[in-house]
Amino acid sequence: MEKLKSGYMALIFGFLYLPMAVLVLYSFNSSKYSIRWEAFSLDWYRSLATDDTLLEASMNSLLVACLSASLACAVGTLGAVGLYRYRFKGRKLLQGLLFVTLMSPDIVMAVSLLVLFIAMHVKLGFWTLLLSHTTFCLPFVTITVLSRLEGFDRHLIEAASDLGASEWQAIRQIVLPLAMPAIMAGWLLSFTLSLDDVVVSFFVTGPEFEVLPLKIYSMVRLGVKPEVNALAALLFAVSLGVVISAQYLLQRKPQ
Amino acid sequence: MKQTNVFKTSIILLLSVWLAVFVLVPNLLVLVASFLGRDESGFIKFTPGFDNYLRLLDPIYLRVFAHSLGLALLTTVVCLGLGYPFAYFLAQFRPSLRPVLLTLVIVPFWTNSLIRTYAIRSLLAAKGLMNNTLIALGLIDEPIRLLYTGSAVLIGMVYILLPFMILPLYSAIEKLDRRLVEAAADLGAGRWRRFWHVTLPLTLPGIIAGCLLVFMPALGLFFIADVLGGSRDLLVGNFLKDQFLDARDWPFGAAASIVLIGLLLLFLSAYAYSLKQFSAEENH
Repeated sequence: MEKLKSGYMALIFGFLYLPMAVLVLYSFNSSKYSIRWEAFSLDWYRSLATDDTLLEASMNSLLVACLSASLACAVGTLGAVGLYRYRFKGRKLLQGLLFVTLMSPDIVMAVSLLVLFIAMHVKLGFWTLLLSHTTFCLPFVTITVLSRLEGFDRHLIEAASDLGASEWQAIRQIVLPLAMPAIMAGWLLSFTLSLDDVVVSFFVTGPEFEVLPLKIYSMVRLGVKPEVNALAALLFAVSLGVVISAQYLLQRKPQ
Repeated sequence: MKQTNVFKTSIILLLSVWLAVFVLVPNLLVLVASFLGRDESGFIKFTPGFDNYLRLLDPIYLRVFAHSLGLALLTTVVCLGLGYPFAYFLAQFRPSLRPVLLTLVIVPFWTNSLIRTYAIRSLLAAKGLMNNTLIALGLIDEPIRLLYTGSAVLIGMVYILLPFMILPLYSAIEKLDRRLVEAAADLGAGRWRRFWHVTLPLTLPGIIAGCLLVFMPALGLFFIADVLGGSRDLLVGNFLKDQFLDARDWPFGAAASIVLIGLLLLFLSAYAYSLKQFSAEENH
């Protein structure tokens, strides 16, 4: 029975990892038609490094991912502190709105943001992309931070106010340090969500500002290309690194 | 105290205004647009009416919705079937190894889904690993068509969304009080009865959460069908993309989007209702 269970788990892990593993392996294959293994080579990585449009799209993606993750963390953390610390009218409504934003599929958000930007006559490009990405990252940050804060003893803040700390001091010196691992994990999650997004970006960016997933999308639709294998391997390595750091941050016990 | 109030008001306002501007208002705009018309040159015309909704009743578009819902449902069922036993075994695994295995489930969840769809594509390609393996095993003589089929799209969907099913299932199963299952065993319940009457009802919130997390994105992931299925399998996601970006019939696209939102709200409220039922039952 135990063997059967482990076997089943191995099978599912195989399903999840085999396609990626094959892709990574073939990114080092010198053959252009990725059927036969010829020899180890870094050619595809080299041709990636010389593809200017691809490098530009990568830089754009990293920029949007960093900025939208930071913006989402700023707004989301403050919002989480507000939801944790205060009882106010419309608190339930705000939480409901966050939940709906979290659950609404990309395509619905993409359509509504496109309509908003067009109605407001905003030119599609960097800014629309930044605002949209921040919006879909926001609930993830708020909920991650809020759930960490809810695990803490409220008396700590009361003690600080009793000792004469102002609200801002109490939040800056007690609440924010306690929430820090969750904020960082939220940042990492937002960063990858932004890098990963195809659907929303497809709708809200203009022709002048191309991002990596859209670039990959146009490459992939044309067929299997060895350069894409190399790019996939690199992105896979990035996600691996990010997940491991996020797991480490979230599992670290509060002092 | 006054300072506190300013701070309190501003941080609450910041989040509220952001969500109002970028979530609430845009969706209201879509709702308004869905009732408008379009003139010959493609501009939005202010002729309010239900025309766009009536147009959606055309069998062609009904088929798109039916096909999308069917595929999303099938994806959900397959993910649940594959994911439940997996999450169950994972929860029983040696505690020392569990975090590592859990991280292994999370990694694909965080990996670019387009890249992962592409990985499936190259696996299923005519000269890909799958065909070559089948030929080497002597099961087939020449490459069979795996790409651009309905099953390719289903495999891609399951591949992308399976982690979304496993994670909530795992957290529900892990929290399960094993003593209840043992008590059922002591009272003489067999393996299946224990599962059916104890384990399954107690992990229901996880099942429902997982199903929602798979079902909702499954309706919108247009690129999976694009990359793996060609354009034959028109899904709601592809349809919306076409209406908004290619045909530029916004009012019509908006109506389709509103129908989709309506369906999703229906599912979400069913989820909220079932959670309420569940906690009410637990309190008895």
